[in-house]
Amino acid sequence: MSRLRRAGRAAAAGAAVLLLRRRRRPAPPEQAGGGVADAGGAPPPGGRVLPEGRPDPRAEAGTAVCLVLAGVAAVAFMVLYGVEPDTQALGVALGACLAFLAAAAILAGKRVVVQERHVEERPPMADPAAERRAARILEEGAGGISRRRLLGGACAFAGVATATALAAPLLSLGPGAPRRGRDARGRWGAGVRLVTEGGTPLRADDLVVGSFVTAFPEGAEKEDIASPVVVIRVRPEEIRPSAGREGWAPGGIMAFSQICTHAACAVTLFRYPLFREPGPAPALVCPCHYSVFDVLHDAEPVYGPAHRPLPQLPLAVARDGTLRATGPLSGDPGPSWLLTDT
Amino acid sequence: MIGALVRRLDRGTGSAGLLAKGLRYVFPDHWSFLFGEIALYAFVILVATGTYLAFFFDASMAHTVYQGSYEPLRGQRVTEAYRSVIDLSFDVRAGLLIRQVHHWAANVFLAAITIHLLRVFFTGAFRRPRTANYRIGLTLLGVALLEGYMGYSLIDDLLSGMGLAIGYSVALSIPFIGGTIGTLMWGGDFPGSGEWITRFYIGHVFLLPALIATLIAVHLALIARAHHTQFRGPGRTERNVVGSPMWPGYMLRSGGLFLAVAAVLVLLGGLAQINPVWQWGPYEIWRSTNGAQPDWYLGWLIGALRIMPNWELVIGGWHVVPNPFFGGVLFPAIVFGVLWMWPTAERLITGDRREHNLLDRPRDRPWRTALGAAMVSWVALMFLFGAADRLLVQMGISYEVQLIVARVLVFALPAVVFLVVKRACEELRRADPPEPAPAKPAPAQRSTL
Amino acid sequence: MTRLALLALAVLALLAGSAAAQGPQKTAGPSGPQAAHDPAAVARGRALFALGCSGCHGMDGRGLPGEGPSLAGAGAAAADFYLSTGRMPLNGEPGSEPLRGEPAYPDAQIADIAAWVASLAPGPAIPDVDPARGDVSEGMVLFTEHCAGCHQMVARGGLVTRGLAPSLQQATPRQVAEAIRVGPYTMPVFPETIISDRQIDSIAAYTELTKDPHDRGGAGLGNVGPVPEGMVAWIAALGALLVVARIIGERAR
Repeated sequence: MSRLRRAGRAAAAGAAVLLLRRRRRPAPPEQAGGGVADAGGAPPPGGRVLPEGRPDPRAEAGTAVCLVLAGVAAVAFMVLYGVEPDTQALGVALGACLAFLAAAAILAGKRVVVQERHVEERPPMADPAAERRAARILEEGAGGISRRRLLGGACAFAGVATATALAAPLLSLGPGAPRRGRDARGRWGAGVRLVTEGGTPLRADDLVVGSFVTAFPEGAEKEDIASPVVVIRVRPEEIRPSAGREGWAPGGIMAFSQICTHAACAVTLFRYPLFREPGPAPALVCPCHYSVFDVLHDAEPVYGPAHRPLPQLPLAVARDGTLRATGPLSGDPGPSWLLTDT
Repeated sequence: MIGALVRRLDRGTGSAGLLAKGLRYVFPDHWSFLFGEIALYAFVILVATGTYLAFFFDASMAHTVYQGSYEPLRGQRVTEAYRSVIDLSFDVRAGLLIRQVHHWAANVFLAAITIHLLRVFFTGAFRRPRTANYRIGLTLLGVALLEGYMGYSLIDDLLSGMGLAIGYSVALSIPFIGGTIGTLMWGGDFPGSGEWITRFYIGHVFLLPALIATLIAVHLALIARAHHTQFRGPGRTERNVVGSPMWPGYMLRSGGLFLAVAAVLVLLGGLAQINPVWQWGPYEIWRSTNGAQPDWYLGWLIGALRIMPNWELVIGGWHVVPNPFFGGVLFPAIVFGVLWMWPTAERLITGDRREHNLLDRPRDRPWRTALGAAMVSWVALMFLFGAADRLLVQMGISYEVQLIVARVLVFALPAVVFLVVKRACEELRRADPPEPAPAKPAPAQRSTL
Repeated sequence: MTRLALLALAVLALLAGSAAAQGPQKTAGPSGPQAAHDPAAVARGRALFALGCSGCHGMDGRGLPGEGPSLAGAGAAAADFYLSTGRMPLNGEPGSEPLRGEPAYPDAQIADIAAWVASLAPGPAIPDVDPARGDVSEGMVLFTEHCAGCHQMVARGGLVTRGLAPSLQQATPRQVAEAIRVGPYTMPVFPETIISDRQIDSIAAYTELTKDPHDRGGAGLGNVGPVPEGMVAWIAALGALLVVARIIGERAR
């Protein structure tokens, strides 16, 4: 109901504006030469500075209509704010208020007030005389000093030292360096159990071929760049591990750092096709920049911008069926920086 | 009445002379000059709405369990920062409206700056005596990009967390000093550190807005000093400005533009949803969503990050240049660098060191226009490729094919655009009516007011 | 491809004999007590299968090399999923991504074919899912953890690389549950140990929510984030302001 009324109001205002636009007044007089007395400092006594305005009653009426409508919309906004603060209704009410105000201001600026075209002389940017004078003032202020170099040197020393001292407390913000090597690889190590987000230990038979789940080192801070790993299961005979990684994937179960080595997003996309050749191969994919990691071969990057493989966590199945790490991550997790240890 | 007011003002502040001069300051009327004003007004609205939001925002990474009125989030572990934004959006009267106005204003702020920059570039308004001011404007654009990034990062929703991770990786990729910059801004390793939020917060609500406001003030002061440029036309010379004086017409019309900007932003804020963080959910370091995107003004960088082959400069085990450097640092550095150096380069190439207050039409300088268009096409391609994942989902265009095409176009497109635009400019000039006789000097009507 | 050609292929397949399977199915294994197969339904399903499916999957449903995988162990859930979403019969080259379409069979025939596929070997049964039993908040968390990496946070679909994770706007709760247990095409599979039946109810409750998400802020713009938002800023906002600028300013040079 109120929407209808609002629409009606808007249409009326639009019609008013259109009507007013129909009859264009002649263009404002170019103030060529003998326009209005605008030269010299003060206006001549009794003379005008600006050309005389010509009244345009229809434009004035239109402006008034817009202003009244703006006020009505503003009141509507306040009522809505108190009674039914629905985002859409509030936005339309306040937006309509501002739009009517804008229409009023533009209409007044183009039709109601004095229209003139004015020519102003452009002040020159550079003034050689002023430049010389300023330079001389600066120089002469330092006149009569005999040991300029000594004072200049001392001044520079004091300035640099003081500035450095004042900036020194910024060091408390701790410009450090990302961790690397052993520090970077978190709590993973031989015997650490893998737990789910809820904290339950992950068992080998929780995973079937083609499934994946996120896991963390038991008892460690989950929000550490080294903590989350993505655990996947593929058919054991598919895996082509490089030398030294045999036995890291019991029953085809593998764990890789979940933080992408390109730009630190979480690798949450496990592609495990039902049907191969033709068709895509199993892979972990980062959904930020679509780096693709070949899970059958050490999670080496095979597509997209990532350069380093996802670090792998060697796994074993304990006697109780739970999954445990048998060592640390195979490399630094997360994005590369200068000293990243691959 | 007015006379009495002015007298009081003048007696108290001695500013009647300045006022009279200011009221007669002349603005050339061309519509294309108004985009800088639109950006200015969007900034005013950003400050106003942002101040309001700051009353409700809680810049804290402390965890809590959401118990507010949005049912799908109830019981989820969230940070206080995220909780406060959800509460603002659901439980504060007009809170969501103002939040959405703020976000739309950021998008429009950067879009208006971009158009303004293009206008300045293609009309040669960056030439002397405005080169310094042009560079201030470029700096403003860079600071505004950072300001926007920090703003949407603060909420700690899923998209902002992913953006933080990418930003951190890009910072780390800067050769030699990246690790220091990254840990300084983020307060430690990210993901992991929660220190970043206090740093980003003070940056977003104070340091960068203060810097932007200062740069805007200098930008405007320098404009007023040199006066506006204008297109060629009857009576217009290098030595004058023809247009509307500030009072009364221009001030009303420009005020109307401010109100129009506000109206558009409030209408969008009420009717078009932007960044529905309750739908993205809270960020955890092991979570991500497909099709994540930054706000539009960083879309070129995600495109550049995705298009890069997986090169990384590793020397003796040192990752001297990690991969995100190319798309996230080098590419924008080239774009900004070319824009920054262009006035100098043009002076050297053309040998034209004079001051210019009359603007070129783009066709008047085919070489410059073609170069600018080539650069625009280069950046636009990155924007488009940044949305390639959405193009796949919406239109079924294979991502792999898009990547190959985009990698070819990175080289081919700017070259083609350059040649086509240069030719088009030359044709347009040929079709122009012959130059009229040199404009006679403007009629004597000096204004010393 | 006409029915006749399919039939010819089926005959060829028979002549070639049942070839080696494409490899074992990835499945969540049999879940729940296997319903006794209704022999009449199995027989009807076999006939339908021979006519419409055996060209790729073989007369015995054990797959044909380079054509289609074995369906032994795929279970009724897989058959029902692929047929009820119209993904099968495949509209494209073998190995290409099956995309959602109009189902080729009425529900009754789908049930018959599913019964025949289920009779081949134990496999996941059609899950019993009810979003009303689920908890939408739990479902949102589970969806974020397991599904959003491919399907996008509001289930608008996403890029898998060499594939497409479909939008779930048209997926019924039953199809969502089947996909979780079956892992169609490149989708991973989620056994009961990772996502329980009760949790599937919650995920279904969440995917139902995403069909009509809470767009409190106004027009949802597709619920896919900043790309459409940026387009609105440029086209709607700057378009409107361009009009205002043209009204205010001088149009001719």
